[in-house]
Amino acid sequence: MTAESNVLIKVKNLKMHFPIYRGVIRRQVGAVHAVDGISFDVHQGETLGLVGESGCGKSTTGRTILQLYKPTAGEVYFKDTNLVKLRPEPMRLMRREMQMIFQDPYASLNPRMTVRDIVGEPLMSFENHTGKQIDERVAELLDLVKLNKDFSLRYPHEFSGGQRQRIGVARALALQPSFIVCDEPISALDVSIQAQVVNLLEELQEKFNLTYLFIAHDLSMVRHISNRVAVMYLGIIVELADRNELYEHPMHPYTQALLSAIPVADPVYSEQRHRILLEGDVPSPVNPPSGCRFRTRCPIADAHCAEVTPEWREVRPGHYAACLKI
Amino acid sequence: MTDQLLKVQGLETQFKTPEGIVHAVNGVSFHLSEGETLGVVGESGCGKSVTMLSCMRLVACPPGKIVAGEALFKGVDLLKMDSEDIRHVRGGQISMVFQDPMTSLNPVMTIGKQLAEPLMLHLNMTPEQARNRSIELLGMVGIPNAGDRLKDYPHQYSGGMRQRVMIAMALSCNPQILIADEPTTALDVTIQAQIVELVKRLRDELGMAIIWITHDLGVVASIAHRVMVMYGGYIIEEANVKELYANPRHPYTLGLLGSLPKINELEHTKLFSIEGMPPILYQKPVACPFAPRCIYVKEKCWSSNPALEEIEPGHRVACWVDTTTGSEH
Repeated sequence: MTAESNVLIKVKNLKMHFPIYRGVIRRQVGAVHAVDGISFDVHQGETLGLVGESGCGKSTTGRTILQLYKPTAGEVYFKDTNLVKLRPEPMRLMRREMQMIFQDPYASLNPRMTVRDIVGEPLMSFENHTGKQIDERVAELLDLVKLNKDFSLRYPHEFSGGQRQRIGVARALALQPSFIVCDEPISALDVSIQAQVVNLLEELQEKFNLTYLFIAHDLSMVRHISNRVAVMYLGIIVELADRNELYEHPMHPYTQALLSAIPVADPVYSEQRHRILLEGDVPSPVNPPSGCRFRTRCPIADAHCAEVTPEWREVRPGHYAACLKI
Repeated sequence: MTDQLLKVQGLETQFKTPEGIVHAVNGVSFHLSEGETLGVVGESGCGKSVTMLSCMRLVACPPGKIVAGEALFKGVDLLKMDSEDIRHVRGGQISMVFQDPMTSLNPVMTIGKQLAEPLMLHLNMTPEQARNRSIELLGMVGIPNAGDRLKDYPHQYSGGMRQRVMIAMALSCNPQILIADEPTTALDVTIQAQIVELVKRLRDELGMAIIWITHDLGVVASIAHRVMVMYGGYIIEEANVKELYANPRHPYTLGLLGSLPKINELEHTKLFSIEGMPPILYQKPVACPFAPRCIYVKEKCWSSNPALEEIEPGHRVACWVDTTTGSEH
C-alpha cells in the first residue's frame, strides 16, 4: 500500500478569513485570519491531535474541514472528493461520513429534545427507518456509549456532564461515520470523568476503525490519545510529527515553550525541569505579524524572522516544522 | 501555636435548595502556617471553594448557612466577627483572587479606579498616593506602561493581563493570606505558566501565605508546599506535596493521579478511570462518601464514615482500608 492510499482527509493550503464590517454601509475593513494556509493529511484509522492556545484557529480548522464554514481558499479532500467544490445535496449526503463531537455538552444538546430524539435525529434525516427501528438503533447506540437504554426518554438536563458527552458521542456515531472531529470533548469535564470519556473514545475507535481529529489544549491528554500531533499558532501549523517524536524532540521554539509550560502532576519533576516562559500574549489574528508569526514572542527571533516567512518543510522523516532557525 | 495563621475547626456549611438541604462542607479542619502555600484539590462540587468562602463569610445567606465550626485568624474567630470587622479583614489582611478575571472586574470602571479603591478604603491613602501605589503594583505584576494603562477599561486588557490586575488588587494592601480560587483555570497554558511563576515570585518577595484552590493536580504540584484533597465536603487526604504525589494513600487520590495521562509516556497505556460520579449530599452520610466508586470498598465502609487520621507524621488519610495492602487498618 502506498502512503497516499492511506490518506482519508487531505487538507491543502486551507484558509478561513472572517470579514470585519464597519460603518453605516457595512464596508469590509479587514478580516480575522483565523486559519491562514494550512496543509496536512489525516490517515485512515489514526488520531491526529491538534493543539494550540485559544484563538489559534484549531476549532475553526475542524469546522472548516467539515464545511460548516465555507473556506476562503484551499481544498479539503475526503478520500478523492474535494469537499470545497461539492454542491449542497452531495455535501449533505457526505456528512454521513463525517461527524463532530462538541466541547460543551451543556450547549450542544437541545434541552427540549429527549435523548431518543437527539440520538435518533440523524437517522430520521438520512435513513428510512420506522419508529421502531429508530428505537432499536438508539438503544444499541446508548449501549455502545455505556448509558442505560432506559434513559432514552429523558431530557439532557437530567444527566451529568460526562453522561451528556456520551449522548453527544452516541449522536455522532448514529450514522456510522468514518471520520469524527472531536472539538475539545473533555475540557468541560471533571478530571475523573475525563478519563472515562477518553477511554470510551479509544474503545470506539478500535471497534469501528474510526479516524479522529482530536482538538484540545490539554497537551498531556493529546499525547495520550494521538498518533500524530500538530501544533497551531495564530492560524498556521508550526510543527507536526509523531507524538513521541514531537514530545521528546520538539523543534519549533513555540512547541518547546508550550511543552515546558504543561503543569505536571509530579512535584519533584516540576522542580527540576527548565521552563521556557513566553513573554506577552498572542497577537491579534486581524493583523498577524510579518514574516514568522511567532517572532514577537520567540526567544530566539532576530531581524531576519520579520522579513521572511518560514517555509513548511520536512525537517526529519515525518517531522514537519516551519521555522528559520532549525 | 503561634505560627498558625489560620486554624479552621469542624467547619460545616449547608445550602437550602428546593430539593433539600445540601451538605456542602461537612466538618473540615485544617491550618495554615505563615508563609506556607496550601493546595486544595478536588472536583466540582467537592466543597473546596465553599470551605474558603465560608472562612471569609462570603457564602450568600440564605441559601447558604455556616452551621458549625470556627475559623481562627491569628486567634480571632472570623465566623463570629461582626460584619464591619470582617470587612476590614477581607481585602486587607486576607484577600482573594477568583477564577474568572472577566466577571470579577467591573467593566464600567477603569483599572486605575478599581485598583485605587481598596487602597483608599483599607489604607486611608489619598487619591494621589493610591495612584502611585497602583502604578507600582501593576509594574510588580509585570504590566508594561503601567502609568498609561491605568486609564484603560477591563475589556482593553487580555485574559492574562486581567488576572494580573486581580492579583495586583489582591496584593495591594499587603495581605497575610492570599486565597486563590482556580486563578489559572480560564487561562491558556503559556499564560498559566506566567501567572504561576508570578505568584511564586511575589510569595517569596512578600512572604505571604497562600491557599490555592484548583482541580488541576499539575498546577498544585509546582506551587504548593502541602496539599489537601477534598471529596463530598470532606478532606480525605492531606500531606506534604512530595509525600502526596509519591505516596498517595486514599483510593480517590490514587484514582485521580491514575486518571491523568503521563506527559512522558512512551508506550500507550489505558487510563485508569474512576467509575460513576461525585455525590450530591442531601444527608450527612453514614457511609464513606466515596464507597460507591471505590475499588477497595469493604463491608465496614458502608456502615461508618472514616475520620481523617494521621498514618505518618504530617500525612492524614480518611479511609478504612490500607491501600498499600488492600486490607482493613
